Amino acid sequence: MMELLGSIFPGAILIFGALLVPFLKGNLRNAYVVLLPILSALQLFAFELGFQGGQSFFGLELTIVRFDALSRIFGIVFHIAAVLVCIYGWHVKRSLDHICTLIYAGSAIGATFAGDLVTLFVFWELTAVSSVFLVWARGMDEPARKERAYRAGMRYLIVQVGSGVALLAGVLLHFRDTGSIAFENFGLDASRGAPLIFLAFGVKAAFPLLHNWVQDAYPESTVAGTVVLASFTTKLAIYALARGFAGTEILIPIGATMTVFPIFFAVIENDLRRVLAYSLNNQLGYMIVGIGIGTELALNGAAAHAFAHILYKGLLLMSMGAVLFRTGTINASELGGLHKSMPLTTVFCIIGAMAISAVPGLSGFVTKSMVISAVGNEHLTIIFGVLLFASAGVADHSGIKIPFFTFFAHDQGHRVKEAPLHMLIPMGIAAALCIGIGVYPDALYSLLPFPATAAEYHPYDATHVLTMLELLLFAGLAFVVLMKLGVYPPELPRTNLDTDWFYRRFAKNVALDFGHLAEYGRASLWQGFVRFRNAMLRVIGHHHQPPEGMLGEPWTASATTLWAALLLGALLLMYYS
Amino acid sequence: MSLLDHLPVLLVIGPLLCAPLLVLIRIPSVVRWLAQAVVTATAAGAFWLVQTVNEPISYRMGGWTPPVGIEYRVDKVAALVALVVTSVAAIALLIGHKAARDTVIKGRLHLFYAAYLLCLTGLLGMTMTGDAFNVFVFLEISSLSTYALVAMGRRRNAFVAAFNYLVLGTIGGTFVLIGIGLMFQMTGTLNMADLAERLVEARDTRTIHVALAFMLIGLSVKLAVFPLHQWLPNAYAESPSAVSTFLAGSATKVVYFQLMRVIFTLFGASYIFGEARLGTLLVPLSLLAMFLGSAAAVYQSSLKRLLAYSSIAQVGYLTLALALGTEEGLRAGLLHLMAHAVTKAGMFAVVAIIVDRLGTDHIAALQGLSRRMPITAGLLVLGGIGLIGVPGTAGFVSKLALVDAALGAEHVFVAGAILMSSLIAVVYVWRVVEVMYFKTESEGPRLRERPASFVPAGIFLALMLGMGLYSEPAFELARAGASQLFGGMP
Repeated sequence: MMELLGSIFPGAILIFGALLVPFLKGNLRNAYVVLLPILSALQLFAFELGFQGGQSFFGLELTIVRFDALSRIFGIVFHIAAVLVCIYGWHVKRSLDHICTLIYAGSAIGATFAGDLVTLFVFWELTAVSSVFLVWARGMDEPARKERAYRAGMRYLIVQVGSGVALLAGVLLHFRDTGSIAFENFGLDASRGAPLIFLAFGVKAAFPLLHNWVQDAYPESTVAGTVVLASFTTKLAIYALARGFAGTEILIPIGATMTVFPIFFAVIENDLRRVLAYSLNNQLGYMIVGIGIGTELALNGAAAHAFAHILYKGLLLMSMGAVLFRTGTINASELGGLHKSMPLTTVFCIIGAMAISAVPGLSGFVTKSMVISAVGNEHLTIIFGVLLFASAGVADHSGIKIPFFTFFAHDQGHRVKEAPLHMLIPMGIAAALCIGIGVYPDALYSLLPFPATAAEYHPYDATHVLTMLELLLFAGLAFVVLMKLGVYPPELPRTNLDTDWFYRRFAKNVALDFGHLAEYGRASLWQGFVRFRNAMLRVIGHHHQPPEGMLGEPWTASATTLWAALLLGALLLMYYS
Repeated sequence: MSLLDHLPVLLVIGPLLCAPLLVLIRIPSVVRWLAQAVVTATAAGAFWLVQTVNEPISYRMGGWTPPVGIEYRVDKVAALVALVVTSVAAIALLIGHKAARDTVIKGRLHLFYAAYLLCLTGLLGMTMTGDAFNVFVFLEISSLSTYALVAMGRRRNAFVAAFNYLVLGTIGGTFVLIGIGLMFQMTGTLNMADLAERLVEARDTRTIHVALAFMLIGLSVKLAVFPLHQWLPNAYAESPSAVSTFLAGSATKVVYFQLMRVIFTLFGASYIFGEARLGTLLVPLSLLAMFLGSAAAVYQSSLKRLLAYSSIAQVGYLTLALALGTEEGLRAGLLHLMAHAVTKAGMFAVVAIIVDRLGTDHIAALQGLSRRMPITAGLLVLGGIGLIGVPGTAGFVSKLALVDAALGAEHVFVAGAILMSSLIAVVYVWRVVEVMYFKTESEGPRLRERPASFVPAGIFLALMLGMGLYSEPAFELARAGASQLFGGMP
């Protein structure tokens, strides 16, 4: 059995197993979609550290599977996430969602274990293509949102495929320059292709100004879809950066910027799942700073933080999804007082919120402090300060705002049932893991890329704990003061909608809104052409108007003959000289 | 000499002799299976040829030694092109019968098959022959029969399309003939190998310059190089489904091979891209074709025309591969020739199913097709994915080779353009997907899908996937062919 499992690449079970989903129904299907990731997780035991397996393709030696500590920890957490999101999605009837979830998770796992750039590219594109259906899924459920979901999905797809194209171009240039397709730590100066590869990773890792697709697409998805989307793509990019660009210094300011700027947007945002999408960026920032520093401690911190982050971010999004599922809204201004009707969800959400705020005793604390310690060790004072400020910001918008406005604040009169069991189970598991990692961090530490360094690291010393507690206190204080003064953004009367609207307009202008631009350009060009043509047709008294446009219109044979004569003339002139 | 030694000529003569036989037999069922048998046999022969040919095979017509006698000369690339042409012809003919019965005037079915075989004869003859004048003769055989085939389309527009094609095709053919005539005047030979030798001395004369210009433009018309492409969309869109499938996978490919021979065999790449500076003309035209062809495809309202405009863009990729002027470029061109033949023929074969069931190929009529004909819709999407060049399909392998070749020739800008233009393919494929899967307003009833109708499209698309997933054989073939052709006539 183990030999058989070891002969196929990790993720294959999910990708190919997904194709059987349409033939199953009801409970059988639900059992099957959970069984697949579990089986796939078992497959990891078939590999030993340092394993490399490959195949020849196109005259190149591919390393399809590389099993080492760095790919292992991401592989494990992706599997955990896959199991959780598959359970969480049991209520979804449409097969398409399950198929896409499984293929998406499988390709993210496949990419994690890819040992060469070509294999990485293939899985990289597959994550893009399979996940876009999850953005569209909500449009299929709610006809009113169809257009909106469709556009968001299209923008998402263009960005993701664009990242893939950049990666492909980068890989080819890299291969030209170095003659190698190995996916190893090459840094920015390795070849002409390396900056392109860096850019491709950067798009998926949501670097500042390349980040808008996250907030644009993720909150548009379904209850289950958002959780799935938030678990894989960006963390895959983090893995890729850690693999290829560890110690690249430009990452430190990039990451630090990412930790700070989403805070302001997150604080004023009304859609709570969008708030979480912003805090996603912020959390990625810590990991990227860690990768940029590149010491063993920092890389450990980045990997550990990614691990913990997938779990608590998933937990928060799952709890918000459950709220959306029951109440039908996710706007802070329309929620409140749900702790009476959804007590378990409230508890799980608070655990997730405490974890993301890095409260001592929970997973966020034992991983984030590692990154911050690594920054301290390198004496990067400014970055250190920025990260601390950002930590307070997270505690404010994700740690306090999310649970407070959803479950407490003003009771908005929602009297709903507790979240369904299949949502409570994965939330419970995720919450247990958040606490487990916080209480017993050594289990996670032993899986890190540099276990020896990790073993020497102790998060629970007086400095760490006290610093963190002070920060949290400060964040809490800020929140209370703002609330008391009545200026906490979502509480400003009558401004919620406007804030939302303003931001969306703003985002539209800032984001490279390819879809709209192209549409606009197309429409105006087309109109201009139609006007011009109609004018011409009026002049010659002709009324026939074919719909396909100038290029699509069949030119007459004489026009083509003229072209042939012109080209012939051009060639002859060229040879005459 | 065994029978197999005569294979090069048998492949050409088989369909040629069979065509008049069909006209005499006239019984639809017999005619159908006889034609299918002959075409399949040529495909098998071509397959065998590809397997065996290493050094170019020289076949002397009537035992006369070249350059006096006419020579058939089959090298690796010729065998490869012959294989593509014959297999596309054999598979496309499988859709032919039903489509032909519905469209061709009753009682004249045998004429359809006769024209089909003659067209195949012409294409194979062009591929096999080593004689320049023979190329022109076979070019005319294939062209004339194609005009007849196009005119058999179900709409009256087919006549106009066929007539326009006839006018432009004749211009192209005449240009080629003028070119050959001028070369003959200067060198006194028509045998290509001999021509190549004698051209080394004569090529700096003005006559040869003119000859080259006429040859290139003539072939460009037949190849539908932008902006000489305007016969193609109508010819593809109006002809019967089997014919558009056949043409999409074969006709331009053979002309492409002729262009290769003019460039690499007759004159040599160093002359063509050095002193004759063909690159300065061909690179911009190819880029224009890639972008404008794809852009025009986006705005089409009929599926066949959409595919036809996409073919013009694909011709752009093909000529671009040549225009790089390197062996790698040639290899990428051969790969793309194979990849595009199976992909585009496969898509036209799917359109044949749609036209058969819906009676139209209008994109607006495809609304809700994902529910009405799920398998057909799925196949169309698969073809579209191949057209875009998603990893795992043949299109990916060939485009990757093309980008790689462009980078190898230090054309970074061109490589970027190839990637960018692939994104336009996403747009026009997406338009079709959107209508089939997301537009459900005016949806008709579910239609029965006949399993037998999937066979041709299924074979093409399976080949496409096979080439994408296991690209080694195709890659080896292209590599060997390219190195043989690039080295000039050995």
